[in-house]
Amino acid sequence: MSFITLDYFDLAMAATLVLVNAGLSLYLSLGLERRFLIAAVRMAVQLTLVGLVLKALFAVSSPLWTALAALFMILFAGREVMARQERRFVGWWGYGLGTSVMLTAALLVTVFGLSTQVRPDPWYDPRYAIPILGMILGNTMTGVALGLHTLTNDAARNRPGIEAQLALGMTRTEAMRNTTRGALRTALIPIINSMSATGLVALPGMMTGQILSGVDPIEAVKYQLLISFLIAGGTGLGALAAVQAGAWRLCDSRHRLRLDRLADPAP
Amino acid sequence: MLTVENLKRLGMPAITLSLDAGACLAVMGPSGSGKTLLLRAIADLDPSEGVVAFNGQNKAEVPAPEWRRKIAYIAAEPGWWADTPSEHFRDWSTAQPLLEALLLPADIGNAPITRLSTGERQRLALIRSLAGNPKVLLLDEPTGPLDAASTQAVETLLNQRMKEGTAVLLSTHDAAQASRLADNTLKLANGAAEVVAA
Repeated sequence: MSFITLDYFDLAMAATLVLVNAGLSLYLSLGLERRFLIAAVRMAVQLTLVGLVLKALFAVSSPLWTALAALFMILFAGREVMARQERRFVGWWGYGLGTSVMLTAALLVTVFGLSTQVRPDPWYDPRYAIPILGMILGNTMTGVALGLHTLTNDAARNRPGIEAQLALGMTRTEAMRNTTRGALRTALIPIINSMSATGLVALPGMMTGQILSGVDPIEAVKYQLLISFLIAGGTGLGALAAVQAGAWRLCDSRHRLRLDRLADPAP
Repeated sequence: MLTVENLKRLGMPAITLSLDAGACLAVMGPSGSGKTLLLRAIADLDPSEGVVAFNGQNKAEVPAPEWRRKIAYIAAEPGWWADTPSEHFRDWSTAQPLLEALLLPADIGNAPITRLSTGERQRLALIRSLAGNPKVLLLDEPTGPLDAASTQAVETLLNQRMKEGTAVLLSTHDAAQASRLADNTLKLANGAAEVVAA
């Protein structure tokens, strides 16, 4: 493979563009210059650290360390899902629900992809496992967060309609049907949109990266397709599990709507 | 027929009462005294302590949907989940005779819910629940937003159902309505409950 390596002078030159942005913010008194610089420095530090971690992970190629890194990523994604909720489930459910469905969905799909399609040797080779899990997890996270957000907000807003159905003797599944359907649709639309726009509007980052590093475009496209299918699977699975589990938690065994299991909306 | 023993929940005094077939008990008391909480607890829409039984059968032994088909709660501001009234009925034709009795236009079935008045929605919700032929009606301010003529129409319909054996538990602010419909009144005030003859 042939690719052009960058030295630090190249990076510094590109970074001057951030300084240009900061200068622009000063000139137009947007008040964004500090945040611009901090965000750029954060990015540089975070990515450098990730680079070092990945390098170490690839060097040892141990199943234990790879699993730990994967777990860390999933726990962090769970925190992100919780942070994106306006009305969270109280108690451990707030963090546990999103985290456990992502753990299941992302891990299942990643292992499926690794063990039957990509087939690196060993199958847990972190050079494949970690980036693929990362891409699946990033998208599953969006689906799960959107699904749960829509579910809980919609249940709170449509409480009279849901309770009217319960009062008429419908089961909780029937009474929640509109709400769960709406939440699933909202969770799945972004992945449909992104699949239909891919290639026309934007070239996916992974494919571009492979092309830059000298991979034949057709081979890069094949990889991208595989990843996109895995992402669609992970998002669908994760959103379905999250919305079903959330709807389950929103009602109890006496078919009551239990909005008291949600915290008050975050300010 | 319906017996309530020492029913407890936050925001409401402990309540014991019984209701025979065809009887009507009015629940009266200031706002916040727990009238709605009582009706919701009997319908098992909220968790509560104590015993509620219908014909000797404890509600905990009956699946909740089955319980609520017998013991129908109709909220003061009923909820809707589809666009038009007719979509809220399994069979809209069963509603037709009741529309006339409650002074509602016969073509109301396809009107958008959002364009109906509060009073029209209130009466439609009553018809919606009656379509399932419940044995007990838990009515939360059923004529609150209604004019005199519609109120009378609703009371006539309720009287007719009571003659057929339906029991009614009715929360109301209107003492005159309580004495017109109810045999007894349950007074809720200052964290206490007592039943007095109407």
